[in-house]
Amino acid sequence: MIHILKNRILKGIVTRQIEPELSKEIEAAGSELRSLIRKKFGRSLHIREIDTGSCGACESEIIAANNPVYDLQRFGINFVASPRHADCLLVTGPVSKNMLLALKKTYDAMPEPKFVITCGDCALNGGLFKSSYYVEGAVKDIVPVVLHIPGCPPSPLQIILSLNALLQKA
Amino acid sequence: MGGPEIIAEIKNKIPDFVPLAVLQNYPDEINIKVSPQVFKDTCLALHKILFSAVAALFALDERKERGCFEINSIFVDFKNSRWITVSMDIPQENPGFDSLAKSMYSASLFEREIWEMFGIQPKGHPDLRGLRLHNEVWAKENYPLRKDFRKMQSGNLSDYKFSRVEGDGIFEVPVGPVHAGIIGPGHFRFSVAGEPIINLELRLGFAHRGVEKLFEDKLYYDAVGLSECVCGDSSFAHSLAFTHAIEKISGTSIPMQAVYLRGVFLELERMYNHVNGIGGIATDVGFSFPAAYASIIKEAILQLNARLTGNRYLKKVNTIGGVLADIDETKKQVLLGSIKHLKRDFNELVKILYSSVSFMDRVDTTGVLRRKTAEDLGVVGLIGRASGIPADLRKYFSGIYKEAGFKMASQESGDVLARLRVRISEFQESCRLIEEFAARLNKVEKSRVEPELKAGSALGYAEGWRGPVLYWVKADPAGLIQRCKIVDPSFLNWQGLAYAVLGNIIPDFPLCNKSFDLSYAGNDL
Repeated sequence: MIHILKNRILKGIVTRQIEPELSKEIEAAGSELRSLIRKKFGRSLHIREIDTGSCGACESEIIAANNPVYDLQRFGINFVASPRHADCLLVTGPVSKNMLLALKKTYDAMPEPKFVITCGDCALNGGLFKSSYYVEGAVKDIVPVVLHIPGCPPSPLQIILSLNALLQKA
Repeated sequence: MGGPEIIAEIKNKIPDFVPLAVLQNYPDEINIKVSPQVFKDTCLALHKILFSAVAALFALDERKERGCFEINSIFVDFKNSRWITVSMDIPQENPGFDSLAKSMYSASLFEREIWEMFGIQPKGHPDLRGLRLHNEVWAKENYPLRKDFRKMQSGNLSDYKFSRVEGDGIFEVPVGPVHAGIIGPGHFRFSVAGEPIINLELRLGFAHRGVEKLFEDKLYYDAVGLSECVCGDSSFAHSLAFTHAIEKISGTSIPMQAVYLRGVFLELERMYNHVNGIGGIATDVGFSFPAAYASIIKEAILQLNARLTGNRYLKKVNTIGGVLADIDETKKQVLLGSIKHLKRDFNELVKILYSSVSFMDRVDTTGVLRRKTAEDLGVVGLIGRASGIPADLRKYFSGIYKEAGFKMASQESGDVLARLRVRISEFQESCRLIEEFAARLNKVEKSRVEPELKAGSALGYAEGWRGPVLYWVKADPAGLIQRCKIVDPSFLNWQGLAYAVLGNIIPDFPLCNKSFDLSYAGNDL
């Protein structure tokens, strides 16, 4: 316990301690995101993530976006455990044949209104795996997609900025 | 001719053993060509002589060139720092061979893979269900790694038969492929009596993207990017193993500067993944403070990666002949400064974990994988080391690690705590290794050379954070890849998880799973 208290005091609030430039960018993008979510969704946006065959780097960055340094949750974004709790489906990966049914079922399990975002180059059109015998290709041909977050993998800041761009249009 | 002493040792086991050919194309590889009649006995003899499980077992389609299929089986000889490959040609009509799986379990999954990808039947194999090509969506008679495969022809689809445990009060709990967390896809089926798990069947392959086929007919250079996307959290280890294979084929010798740089990057990858895994273990027992603390350390390492190379996951760093991101004097200071902070933070994290009695109670004696089981399954890497198998490619195969006085982590008990301890000491050792390597970097030497294109085949390998990553590559004179066989440590280790959870309760499954920390994408390819 004493270690936890000591480190809690020593570390302080880490969202303000990373590289000064990056911190400013995150704060600026994040407060914009927060006000957009407040305006358009009441208070919070709930996202369910599904991996349709990604290499795992996109997952790692989405998890990183939730770490104490970026802390997406403070801007009103929650990652939820079930599609039934979600407003938005975040899809990574090039959609392998084995995941096609799971993707459709996950989408169908979400309550209306709902929308889909793709994350990472594979999810846009299959990326490097486009020509494979086992890849279905673009997510947008399977479920309707409103936004793509580019990158291999996209950084946490890129994820925030892309969400802002989408919500401004909506 | 090379390696006569190993032939003599095989002759001790099989008196009338005569190989068709013995080749040593590289100092660390011996290839023994045998006839199909003695293939199985030769493999079993090597298995006993070297105490090695099968490191890789795979097929090649050589029908166009030589009118046959080729099967290769690779064993590791730690004592002499080399790999021994046994290979045979089998006729193309009704291709098949005697299954090794009943005498040497570690061959089992590889044989299922050969069966579904090439249609070569391992005769006498007890379980030939599909691994990655699920029969609900893929018709059986389509063998994608055969050279004449173009696209799937329609055929019979069928359901997968899970092995069932039956009896009073036994029920099944199916989980996945979509899990509750932000994680890859896989299906787990638990058979439970009361609370304890009495059987766990893993069904994977959901992330199968046909990676090995995609390598074919690609140029060396184009394929490096693909190797980085095979398994996203080991992208450097994968690109390192791939480039190593190509560098062996082309006879390129790498400048020492690049060798040390690769050492630094490989250890950085190990560090961010180990701290991530340690945080995951804390998360899965509901201990959120150290989990958050660990994710801050991970983020710091990812940002350090970005500052050194421009990429958080060390993609686009490796290339054939060296590395593209050099570390100059300024970057070296950044690196060493960060390592100092990381060490301090990490030690605090360890203190927080070790001083919590309830945490230690959860991890101690949970999810035990016994050494004998691990050896039979062919479990490798950090999971093997936690169960008392002293194997680490860095110790036996790498000059720079020997020079730096590398100390291999090892534990005996094989539980979650043992795996945690291995990861903790490997993180600390990595910090030390990076300091050693950084001290040997110099400003004058180039960090890459231009390779020549050549035909040939070679095994590339690297000890990634999970364990050995193997790339067996065959290329033609124009530098086009003919066959690329990838073995990620996850492929062998998933089986270990199915045994480690037996007798544990389902609520401890996430904890066991996280302590193994295996890749879906690396397994499914």
